[in-house]
Amino acid sequence: MIEQQGNLPSAQQGLWKVSISPHIKSDESVEKIMWTVVGCLVPPLILSVFVFGIQVLFITAVSVASCMAVEAVSQKALGRKVTVRDGSAALTGMLIAFVIPPGVSAFLPVLAAIFAIYIGKHILGGLGYNFFNPALLGRAFLLASFPVAMTSAWLPPIEPGAIFSYLGVSIDAVSTATPLAVMKEQGMAAFNERFGEGASLYTSFFLGWRPGSIGETSGFLMLLGGLFLLYKRYITWHIPVSLLGSIAVLTWIFGGEGYFAGDPLLAVLSGGALLGAFFMATDYVTSPSNKISQIVFGVGIGALTVLIRLKGGYPEGICYAILLMNPLSTVLDGWFKQKRFALPQGGEK
Amino acid sequence: MTTLLTFPKGGIHPPESKELTAAKKIEVMPVPAELEIILSQHIGAPCKPTVEKKAEVGEGAVIGDVVKGLGVPLHSPAAGKIKAISSSVHPLKLNAPSITITVNPEAAPLHYEKKEWRDIDPKELLGKLKDAGVIGIGGAGFPTHVKLSPPSNSPVDTLVVNAAECEPYITADHRQMVEHSAEIIEGCKVILRILGISNCLIGVESNKPNAFQALSETAANTAESDFKIEVRALQVKYPQGSEKQLIQAVTGRKVPGYALPSAVGVVVQNVSTAKAIYDAVVLEKPLYEKVITVSGKGIQRPANLLVKMGTRISDIVDYLGGIKPELKKIVLGGPMMGFAVSSLDIPITKTTSSVLFLSEDEIDTAPHSQCIRCGWCLEACPMGLEPKEIGLFVEANHAEETERFGVFECFECGSCAYVCPAKRPLVQFVRLAKMKAKRK
Ligand code: SF4
Ligand code: SF4
Repeated sequence: MIEQQGNLPSAQQGLWKVSISPHIKSDESVEKIMWTVVGCLVPPLILSVFVFGIQVLFITAVSVASCMAVEAVSQKALGRKVTVRDGSAALTGMLIAFVIPPGVSAFLPVLAAIFAIYIGKHILGGLGYNFFNPALLGRAFLLASFPVAMTSAWLPPIEPGAIFSYLGVSIDAVSTATPLAVMKEQGMAAFNERFGEGASLYTSFFLGWRPGSIGETSGFLMLLGGLFLLYKRYITWHIPVSLLGSIAVLTWIFGGEGYFAGDPLLAVLSGGALLGAFFMATDYVTSPSNKISQIVFGVGIGALTVLIRLKGGYPEGICYAILLMNPLSTVLDGWFKQKRFALPQGGEK
Repeated sequence: MTTLLTFPKGGIHPPESKELTAAKKIEVMPVPAELEIILSQHIGAPCKPTVEKKAEVGEGAVIGDVVKGLGVPLHSPAAGKIKAISSSVHPLKLNAPSITITVNPEAAPLHYEKKEWRDIDPKELLGKLKDAGVIGIGGAGFPTHVKLSPPSNSPVDTLVVNAAECEPYITADHRQMVEHSAEIIEGCKVILRILGISNCLIGVESNKPNAFQALSETAANTAESDFKIEVRALQVKYPQGSEKQLIQAVTGRKVPGYALPSAVGVVVQNVSTAKAIYDAVVLEKPLYEKVITVSGKGIQRPANLLVKMGTRISDIVDYLGGIKPELKKIVLGGPMMGFAVSSLDIPITKTTSSVLFLSEDEIDTAPHSQCIRCGWCLEACPMGLEPKEIGLFVEANHAEETERFGVFECFECGSCAYVCPAKRPLVQFVRLAKMKAKRK
């Protein structure tokens, strides 16, 4: 707080704080917001320990710890105030772990952390000045540098109780393909054969018993986390609803054999769409602030996601869709300004 | 109370903190031994002293007046002797000239009789207001006789009385509405006669049901065909009592940017000013004392007090049993728009609505950080401005470009700074921007 400099000729001077109004402030803070979001990601993380084994906990811990370390070191090195406690780096670490295959070497999240936090955030000015979502930037970097590991180190769900099953086992021996990759490469029939059909398919996707990244495991827990953020008013409905809605509608229209034959529910439950909609596209710094631009932003991401999923080479298209829309945030905010209470008579002066 | 009225966009819900004093009757504070009257009490030219040092003055005697320009005279709040004409600490402008009076403790307080005012010509009524030193005591302190003479090119048809009292802690208006509803309603009628209109809408926030009831009943019991006075219940939302927001809430009319309420046919008066107008016209009593709220966790005994103008904060502290050790900040006015002071020597002026003694856990002391672009400030701003951008531009040394974000429409309500999770001093940024930017 910048203090008001008063040269009051009083003996009492300096005894009481003097600063500009308002003198009371809400008890929300950046720290509280960030750690709450991290907290919302803990239930899906715990679930994925039961789905993929203890390995995921290890990868997540490495990712979070290296993001926080890189944040502290970058801020020190750049002569800024060290703010690792605000939780934003921890959140980035959490999100990186959520979007990479759980079977990768622990070396990968460390590299992603350096790229995401140092290059993607601090070189650009720190929290608030980065225009790409750091976690997604980290993932994109890994995908470009380690395409094989990043597309094959998916783990099939483990047997109940066998949470240590992947420790010490060569990941190559167990890795599998993700559902959307199977659907894309081998067709719907192979997909149904492996992941089931109809209601049981939705249930397994909703509850999380299937291969994929941590962030793809349980639609149910993701939704729960997202609803909690909505309830806390940390996010509003505008981005998630417009994003998921456009994925559902566009997949329904274009995603099947012939028009209007796609499966909207599956599209929303797979490929990390829920994680992206509630936890990544809503990142304050890299999304628009005005409500109308948020809706346009959400629809843009949804459309790009469907386009990439159907035509491009990346089944988990939402990550790229968000990165593509991120830099447009400020542009959109400039286009769709909120309405003033009242403009001067005779239009804007 | 049926549907509650409110303004359409933005606004916040800070803790009301009114329970400390809401049920406490207005107490008459004993006149202190010395009063210090600041010569600059209102917008416009400061008064020039009309008395000499050592002169004896009576209660209500004129001690200062404006030589030229906008302004009203100043009156002695008590009988006594002029001790000094000097400079002193002023809440807004440092070292403002003032008159110090040594109060004569023997003198009996004056009594005022009710006078008939209904036959008096509106022009003459305006003169009475000026002579009694009435200014808008709810806020900016604009001389009332000027505010009640709207430009002839924009005819006024509605008087809106601001009884929202939306600032946290303050209950002075609330208590006056409960205890002096008759005077307030009569005061509204005086204003209506001056303006030559018959419509009056009083907006009360719904957290004061007893005030709403008192005013509604009084208005109904004293109904006259010439005056149509209605009381409207408002949602509890800050800043409900801001002029433009209030007008829209109770009349549905939108005051255009940079324009005055008269552009939509409205004049706004604060409810406590209506009471002061009653005093000035019906009792012919000048404005030299007022009801203030003294509250916060840093004072021993929070209260609603009727104090003489010129009473120093230190006298109030003594009267209310002293300050508590947890006191961290003293604020004149509300916590959202008031200003912090660092001295107990400062005297009460006509526009002081409250003195708050705030403790550590009531104020904000967190350091501010970089903007995280959450957009909460945009949503909180009742004017639809972009506080975030104003702040970022000021920080980047481009304050002169902030006119396009509407910086001059900002009335510094502080809603944006209240909600900002990064604790950014957005009102401070706005003030800097206003200094640098030129209004085109
Ligand atoms: S202080 Fe100004 S910018 Fe901030 S909310 Fe109030 S009117 Fe809007
Ligand atoms: S509320 Fe604060 S942090 Fe959020 S956009 Fe506004 S200025 Fe930035």
